[in-house]
Amino acid sequence: MAKKMRVSNCIRSLRFAAGEMTQAELADRVNVTRQTIIAIEQGRYSPSLEMAFRIARVFGVPLDEAFQYQDEE
Amino acid sequence: MSFEEKSTWVSSAATVLVSALYYNFILARLRVTPAAEIAYQWPMILAIGSMIGMTIAGTILMSIGTAVSSEITGSGSVNEIDRTDERDKSINRRGELAGYYVSCVGMLGVLALAMLRYDQFWIANALYLTFVSGGLVSSGVKLAAYRWGL
Repeated sequence: MAKKMRVSNCIRSLRFAAGEMTQAELADRVNVTRQTIIAIEQGRYSPSLEMAFRIARVFGVPLDEAFQYQDEE
Repeated sequence: MSFEEKSTWVSSAATVLVSALYYNFILARLRVTPAAEIAYQWPMILAIGSMIGMTIAGTILMSIGTAVSSEITGSGSVNEIDRTDERDKSINRRGELAGYYVSCVGMLGVLALAMLRYDQFWIANALYLTFVSGGLVSSGVKLAAYRWGL
């Protein structure tokens, strides 16, 4: 079973808001593989702070609008 | 599937195939010949060489296949084919670390065999087994991380 990350994100909705940007296009702009974008969207990978900033910058939004950190229960 | 993940599959397949053939050959000899008399040297050198050769050839073929299929289907850019990012590096680090621990345990076993003055056949084959199992555990951890996350 995939590990559940505490860092969640709304990259998928940001991509749709940005003219239905594809995962491949976002991957090219952030210079990562498409599989990494898929893993981040599915919550299987928490990106580094630098990558998170680069992703947020692509959409022109602040970091905490693209990524959220959930408190431990 | 990323380039690194495909490469891991290629090297795992080469390792499993070659070591299965090698151990099949050695175990068949072991049934009829005393261990000290088995000429394992050339088969082992051949096995290690084939493993490296198959991994290189497989990776080249896989790269060409990926490039051709992405060109035909139009999926993904050619620049992306051999792209490696921080996730690949993290997964690689985790896999290599797991392989290192397995190799360390294997090395202790090899050291024990040497101290107990076992025949070179057993020492060489225990080393080869350590090499193979370390590589397979490393690949297994990487593939699990690619599949289920870090």
